[in-house]
Amino acid sequence: MTSAMNPSEIFRQEAADLLTTLETTLLDLEASPEDRDLIDQAFCCLHTLKGSGAMFGWEALAAFTHHIENAFQKVRDGVLAASHDLVSLTLAALDHIQALLEQPEQADRVRGDALLAALADLTAVASDRSASSKMPSASGKSKVGQPGDVEPERVFRIHWRPGRDLLALGGNPLLLLDELRSLGSCAVTPLTDQAPTLEDLDPTGCYLAWDIILTTRIPRTAIDDVFIFVADQSELTIDEISAAEDALPRLGEILVKRGDINLDDVEAGLSQQQRLGALLVQSGKVSEERLASALGEQRHLHQAAKARESSASSSTIRVPAERLDNLMDQVSELVIAQARLQQTTANTENPPLKSIAEDIGRLVAELRDTTMSVRMLPIGTLFERFRRVVHDLSQELGKSVELTTAGEETELDKTVIESLKDPLVHLIRNAIDHGIDPAEQRWAQGKPAAGKVHLSAVHSGAQVLITIEDDGRGINRAATRAKAEERGLIQLGQEVSDAELFACIFEAGFSTAATVSNISGRGVGMDVVKRTIDSLRGSIDVASIAGKGTSITLKLPLTLAIIDGLLVRIEDERYVVPLSVVEECVELTRQEEEHSGGRGFLNLRGEIVAFIRLRHLLDVPGVAPDIQKVVVVALGESRIGLVVDQVIGQYQTVIKSLCRLHRDLEGFSGATILGDGSVALILDIPHLIKFARERETALRTA
Amino acid sequence: MRLSSATERANAGGSLQILTLGLGSEIFAVETERVHEVLDLPSITRIPNCRPFIKGLIDVRGKVITVTDLHVKFGMVPTAPTADTRIVVIEVQIEGEPTLVGTLADRVYEVTELPIDSMEDAPRIGMRWRPEFIRAIGKRNGDFIIVADIDQVFASEESAWHATHQDAAA
Repeated sequence: MTSAMNPSEIFRQEAADLLTTLETTLLDLEASPEDRDLIDQAFCCLHTLKGSGAMFGWEALAAFTHHIENAFQKVRDGVLAASHDLVSLTLAALDHIQALLEQPEQADRVRGDALLAALADLTAVASDRSASSKMPSASGKSKVGQPGDVEPERVFRIHWRPGRDLLALGGNPLLLLDELRSLGSCAVTPLTDQAPTLEDLDPTGCYLAWDIILTTRIPRTAIDDVFIFVADQSELTIDEISAAEDALPRLGEILVKRGDINLDDVEAGLSQQQRLGALLVQSGKVSEERLASALGEQRHLHQAAKARESSASSSTIRVPAERLDNLMDQVSELVIAQARLQQTTANTENPPLKSIAEDIGRLVAELRDTTMSVRMLPIGTLFERFRRVVHDLSQELGKSVELTTAGEETELDKTVIESLKDPLVHLIRNAIDHGIDPAEQRWAQGKPAAGKVHLSAVHSGAQVLITIEDDGRGINRAATRAKAEERGLIQLGQEVSDAELFACIFEAGFSTAATVSNISGRGVGMDVVKRTIDSLRGSIDVASIAGKGTSITLKLPLTLAIIDGLLVRIEDERYVVPLSVVEECVELTRQEEEHSGGRGFLNLRGEIVAFIRLRHLLDVPGVAPDIQKVVVVALGESRIGLVVDQVIGQYQTVIKSLCRLHRDLEGFSGATILGDGSVALILDIPHLIKFARERETALRTA
Repeated sequence: MRLSSATERANAGGSLQILTLGLGSEIFAVETERVHEVLDLPSITRIPNCRPFIKGLIDVRGKVITVTDLHVKFGMVPTAPTADTRIVVIEVQIEGEPTLVGTLADRVYEVTELPIDSMEDAPRIGMRWRPEFIRAIGKRNGDFIIVADIDQVFASEESAWHATHQDAAA
């Protein structure tokens, strides 16, 4: 379905990628405006955007981008500085390009024109200045367009074999060759060796390649620019031949080096080099030899290109997300089938079969890990987007805020990353709007004027911790408490821990903000954050020190599809406890249970651990056996024991979500299919414990 | 609406293709296009603290499917499973999302056609069941066949039950 994706869609995707890269580059550029690599990258993105846009018929986008590109050409030439104003303006222009990309008809023309006018002003000022004095950053190598600067004449040998789909993608090689011709004197030799016979010919395929000798005063970058749209899909080599060197000896040289052409030719070439050279001079236009030598050179170049190609193709490929989802589903099915196989073979006396089952088990586990790793993306892709959020927001609020990030390389399931975007944007907005105090207040407290927001991600077991820290004023406990009491979330005078108090801020409609800004303060959002994180089976911790700042930590599972679980049994019912929360398993004898006097406490190496009888909580009929097991789970700071009949063991758990009939069901995060084909529920430990507490409270008050 | 599609077929002088099944002493019918399959009774995993009409979960070739008991929905006394008990897997719309659900049937009779002109609207009064659960009542060989509106069965009562449950809990 994707092999025939329409070109326009491909362009959209490519453009979206380019815009993202460009945005990142611009933000970097703001920090270090002198960085040539960044300037080149920004220019390159704009150039590609313009070129591909024009190629695919996005005229308005191409025309608009052209002006931005021009400005960056000036930056590249050192005529214009990559000033703060320019970066801001370009960022705004990016938004306009985005609009042009999404809905070209509805894009605001006036806004586009205004942006261009502002840009023109900026570049005009710069040009005036540069006329009188050259900018310091102009010491770069590129001097194109500067009058009086005459480059020495140079000769380039270009070998270009466009991708087979060049024509299908709307490219026209003739235009490129004409463009090359306009750069200087140019000898173009087509290579038709790869053209197939008529019956094999795909009429839309491009089978031709060209060897081009170009003599020009234009710098190398200008040649690169000619090929900029097609370079990725083509075999392209551009070598400079020193001006003194003629092209002809080069060809002879290749002939000497080439050992695989027919023996006669080689011998003739070796013994009569003079003659061969002369012959080549003579038949400079067309001859078999010329073609053969071109072929030899091409083979030579081909090898170099091949080496490059293999390193390039090993880096990345683009796959539609849907296919990954399908793959994951199928692997999940395989994991279940494998569990069945394992269970069946465990009961047989057939050693060869058992060994095959073990091999399959190992392979399935590896396949599962590989498949999951394919779905993993570094969270840095997400962090990058927040730099823009912070940039815009700090300008809007007139607060100077610096965003620092750490752990960008931390990988998370693609679905998790996608769902995290909105909650994180919200938390960052909150941090800047509510958290970071105005500069005057910061001065008074001896804090640096610029506020800090730190975003970090780190692996912790099968979880990823994402922390948003700010060095602002912290959560106002008194105000939060007053609001919580007003809304009846906590009782008047009730002792509450920080964790309980801060949990209130995630209630729907809870806001202590006296004024509502258009950024936050409406009390909408934190509950959405909480709900999203819950749906990802994650949790939120809040820590705050008055005057020093707030830190919000999101704990998220690595993946949503498969988890390692601990399979437990109560009577004949089986449940899965996510292994990520399990600390240890201990025995609970009847004696010990009686000894604890029904208080439900366990003495675990001197530490008091409360336990919950799952048998009671889950209404399992029957009587507990003499020796029960306690699965000790960690819940935030505290530890709680879950009493079960038996711990069966570790189990690769493919999570199947429950249908909407169960939306009000608390305590289970899903179900899984066991080896014998029966279904087991997966315990949602935090909710289960909350449910247990509510039930206890209800019993006590009843 | 599905009702209109049934009516359209009626205008074409057609009939409704149905699967008939027994609940208690009554014969109910579900449109065949909603029926995915009929299963022998497998072992059902109980869900603790769930709503009374939900019996539990089963595995249908790698999919976890919820099994429900329509006895509860129709205010009948649930019966103990017998050798005739089956699970009918049907597709229902729950909050606008097509969902596969298993329903217990004491017996499954046959796939048959019910002539539209033999069907009548459910009487608004004097019924044992909530009228919105019933699409129509058909007659066949002297028996009444109750054509259930399964979307309504799975949708409407949810909120009602939910509310009473909340009241009880409060």
